[in-house]
Amino acid sequence: MKKVFKPAVAAAAVSLALIAPQTFAADQFFPIPSYRVGAYGANGQAFYGGFIDYLNYVNLKEKGVNGVNLTWEECETEYNNAKGVECYERLKGKAKESAGPIHTMSTGISYALIDKSAQDKLPLAMMGYGRTDAVDGSVFPYAFPLVTTYQMQASAIVKFIKDKNGGNLAGKKIVYLYHDSAYGKEAIIAMEAEASLNKFTLVQIPVAHPGNEQNAQWLKIRQEKPDYVVFWGWGVMNQTALKAAQKVGFPRDKMIGSWWTGSEEDVIPAGDAAKGYMAATWNVAGKQVPVIADIEKVVYGAGKGNLQDKGKIGTVLYNRGVSAAVLSVEAIRKGQEKYGKGKPLNGEQMRWALENLNITEARLKQVGATDLLPEIKTSCDNHEGSGKVKIQQWDGAKWVPVSGWIEGNKALIHPLFQASAKQYAKEKGITPRDCSKEK
Amino acid sequence: MEFFFEVLIGGLLSGVMYALVALGFVLIYKASGVFNFAQGAMVYLAALSVVGIMEWGAPLWLAVILAFAIMTAFGIGTEKFVLRKLVNQPPIALFMATIGLTFFIEGLAPMIFGSDPRALDIGIVDEPIPYILDNWNMVISKFDLIAAGVAAVLVTVLALFFQYTRIGRALRAVADDHQAALSIGIPLQHIWAIVWGVAGFVALVAGMMWGARNGVQFALTFTALKALPVLILGGFTSVPGAIVGGLIIGASEKLAEIYIPPVMQDLFGGNFGGIEGWFPYVLALLFLLVRPEGLFGEKHIDRV
Amino acid sequence: MLYREAGQFKTTYAADQQLFPIRQDRIGLIALLAVAFLGVPMFASEYWFSAILIPFLIFSLAALGLNILTGYAGQLSLGTAAFMAVGAYAAYNFQLRVEGIPILVSFICAGLTAAGVGILFGLPSLRIKGFYLAVATLAAQFFIVWCLTKFPWLSNNSSSGVISAHNIEILGYAFNTPRDKYLLVLAIVVLLALAAKNMVRSTTGRAWMAVRDMDVAASVIGIRLMRTKLLAFAVSSFYCGVAGALYAYCYLGSVEPDGFSLDMSFRILFMVIIGGVGSILGSFLGAAFILLLPIFLDILLPFFAGLFGLPFSSATVSHIQIMVFGALIMFFLIVEPHGLARLWQIAKEKLRLWPFPH
Repeated sequence: MKKVFKPAVAAAAVSLALIAPQTFAADQFFPIPSYRVGAYGANGQAFYGGFIDYLNYVNLKEKGVNGVNLTWEECETEYNNAKGVECYERLKGKAKESAGPIHTMSTGISYALIDKSAQDKLPLAMMGYGRTDAVDGSVFPYAFPLVTTYQMQASAIVKFIKDKNGGNLAGKKIVYLYHDSAYGKEAIIAMEAEASLNKFTLVQIPVAHPGNEQNAQWLKIRQEKPDYVVFWGWGVMNQTALKAAQKVGFPRDKMIGSWWTGSEEDVIPAGDAAKGYMAATWNVAGKQVPVIADIEKVVYGAGKGNLQDKGKIGTVLYNRGVSAAVLSVEAIRKGQEKYGKGKPLNGEQMRWALENLNITEARLKQVGATDLLPEIKTSCDNHEGSGKVKIQQWDGAKWVPVSGWIEGNKALIHPLFQASAKQYAKEKGITPRDCSKEK
Repeated sequence: MEFFFEVLIGGLLSGVMYALVALGFVLIYKASGVFNFAQGAMVYLAALSVVGIMEWGAPLWLAVILAFAIMTAFGIGTEKFVLRKLVNQPPIALFMATIGLTFFIEGLAPMIFGSDPRALDIGIVDEPIPYILDNWNMVISKFDLIAAGVAAVLVTVLALFFQYTRIGRALRAVADDHQAALSIGIPLQHIWAIVWGVAGFVALVAGMMWGARNGVQFALTFTALKALPVLILGGFTSVPGAIVGGLIIGASEKLAEIYIPPVMQDLFGGNFGGIEGWFPYVLALLFLLVRPEGLFGEKHIDRV
Repeated sequence: MLYREAGQFKTTYAADQQLFPIRQDRIGLIALLAVAFLGVPMFASEYWFSAILIPFLIFSLAALGLNILTGYAGQLSLGTAAFMAVGAYAAYNFQLRVEGIPILVSFICAGLTAAGVGILFGLPSLRIKGFYLAVATLAAQFFIVWCLTKFPWLSNNSSSGVISAHNIEILGYAFNTPRDKYLLVLAIVVLLALAAKNMVRSTTGRAWMAVRDMDVAASVIGIRLMRTKLLAFAVSSFYCGVAGALYAYCYLGSVEPDGFSLDMSFRILFMVIIGGVGSILGSFLGAAFILLLPIFLDILLPFFAGLFGLPFSSATVSHIQIMVFGALIMFFLIVEPHGLARLWQIAKEKLRLWPFPH
């Protein structure tokens, strides 16, 4: 008999843990479907470490947002779509009263959550990944591809190259080397549009997942002799590409990657081969950013740091996690202005806040987050809010910004989103909101 | 034409890298009939041990020796705690056990040594050889050539080991027939422990080569996927088969990646690159239709 | 005492040949179905529906499909997820391109499409056996996923290759809530499971088992190998295809080809082997085990870490979860290589005598 009961007791304990409300009414709860193991675990550790450290920082430094304590619960998704959905459903139950924006840091998971989150009225933040046509908030009220999207990024990278070449790209050749998945394919449409606008030749070369072998692709690049390689990799594909570029003697300072190819985790394993390589980002690296230094002092000083390895503080992805948290907290402030100071926001209120963000340079300076984010102003028909990136370069030891904020060609790219969102609305039978009526 | 040869040679050299991983599979399958899916994870564990120990302050040579010790201990442990208890079970159960082992390693290794991708510097730069580049305008990597040399040495050593040492003969006997080997007094379990140790050593070599090439990180476990088509092409039980299979797969996959997508593009429109993921498998599959036991595999005779 | 066949006389052939010849089994099954159809919808929360029950049923169906192929016909396959992908994308395209097609017909067509693809990739099984075949099925895994990424027509020219499932409407009733979807999936899975149960004891099923046990011997006694093996591939892929369509339509909502990864194929194979090779019930038990285990670990480990004040970081907990998952799989294989279904069988034997020792 005893044997039979053990699992039953465990099950009861588990279901209790599932049901028991862990948040108090005055807490702002963040559901965090994070990942720290598997092929991309190192990236997740840095990002979510930064995210949670900042939430802790706000709690320690100013006792929460206007007195509202920030709480959160993590769930390991392993960067796997099905597990991500399970995590979301599990965390959802606790996010009824109050819900911060959900950051999944996975394009696949955010795709799977788009419909669900809209149904559950929980805002889904996709900072630099996910479904990019959600920029059109009239069709996707609860999805926010905040700061900037793959397409705008591609456009900004092209602009950066153009500026380097005296404003003229006609007759140049650019290779677009990409991870052959939803992530890599998103930017093609923008690259093609830019190519026909700026009259450069575009050569697209896909790399099969996981991308740990790129000899053939780089020999092809050597044969094509492009002026630049724009590079959309993820995980091991990044180091392999840098090494392979070295192998065929392609200059690394003619390679410009997306923001998921430009972190320490991506270049350090490639050793010297990465020197000179450039990548886009919306947040700079380093501890010279005041808020990062302060987090180290306040949060780690109090022994509440989330990272085991303090060396990750100030890395690109750590700072990106902080930037995501800064943005989320700023949204909470904005929401509290409307719905009452000192009260937590539920999903619907959070959604309004994210849609009415206005983070200025002055405000960023106030919170010590200058250069962690560009200025952001969102609205119903623009869930992106910025579209700006910086280009940074790896000098062999650290990432150094080599440009100011560069904005992608909005007039060229945003209509693409609207067209795609319209198609989605038609397929799904969604009636878009009328943005002119939203305040 | 120059380009063709460049791709061909690059492919052959990549193939050697695949063969390095495939060798580990062959060794274990040959001696115990276990299709050890954990070989990829073992490659990861080995490489991670090396960089992890180096991070604790040990020099490269010491780290390699310690990593070898870890791999051997791990192999013996696997034999003792898992495989020995699964003797006489259907092959699929053993196969699944090795997948369980894969998960175990994938959790264990980064927990001990950290999951950050790291560089492994073994003192060879992955750059084109200037002489060939200047005279023939071809890119041949120094690193790949050395890797090929390492593989050649490894195969020769293994072949000699199997052919001429006492243990090697015992191994072959066990591979031929477990029961017959037992009945003439060959200690089966020692032999298996040794095989797992040797496979660990091969994983270490493969891990260091791949790690130096792409960085030491979780993705090293994916190297197994590159090794599987090599394995079916060369035969599960043949050491030279792994090398020949590797060469064929490497070369054909690179040539296919370069020359097939443009043809398909003409036919269907659109971009058809990235066929490397499946091409080796389909090639191996087609090959198997002609020779179901692989190039050098042992012919299997069915008896009712 | 409770579970006794004595006294249940069969007086007609029909009674002797029915699907569940023992009365207690029938009662148990009816009770189980009543709970599943009536009890569960009344009490389960949304979390249970959309995070546990629906994926459990869908993966059970996929595992069932694989079990037909591997457990009954003896052909090891590592390409299950790819056949699910075929099902998902086929259902999407039938819905999209055939005007006014009922969704259930789309699901059936999706299954049939997957069956066709399955036959194609089953052809090598006529020549290749064992692990060679397993690795060869990897060709299906990678090739199919690649095709779905490369032919934009298949995903209605979506720039990312991701498809979003249509709304489900049957006879004017919209299946929107997780509970509705659960009931739909449950009905389909129950039907197909009963069909499978029936099939494996028919001539076809017996032929499969003969081939599994020794195909040379089977061909000697007059079983046509080609037909039998290909039929196994077709039926198995049909099940996987339907499971894939349900996966897209009732579970995730939008899917990308890369989501149907090798990892998923392995997961389904795990379910079959942990559950019990060659057992319909085993597919369900295995799916439950493999799906629930990580969730249990996920909740229990941090709980215990907190209880004993262990200084585990989030990363360490995640790593330990994976380790425990792997270790438990090895443990189960060692303790009961024939799977959970075998445990159930042993339990039944015991029940037959209980409460008496003999």
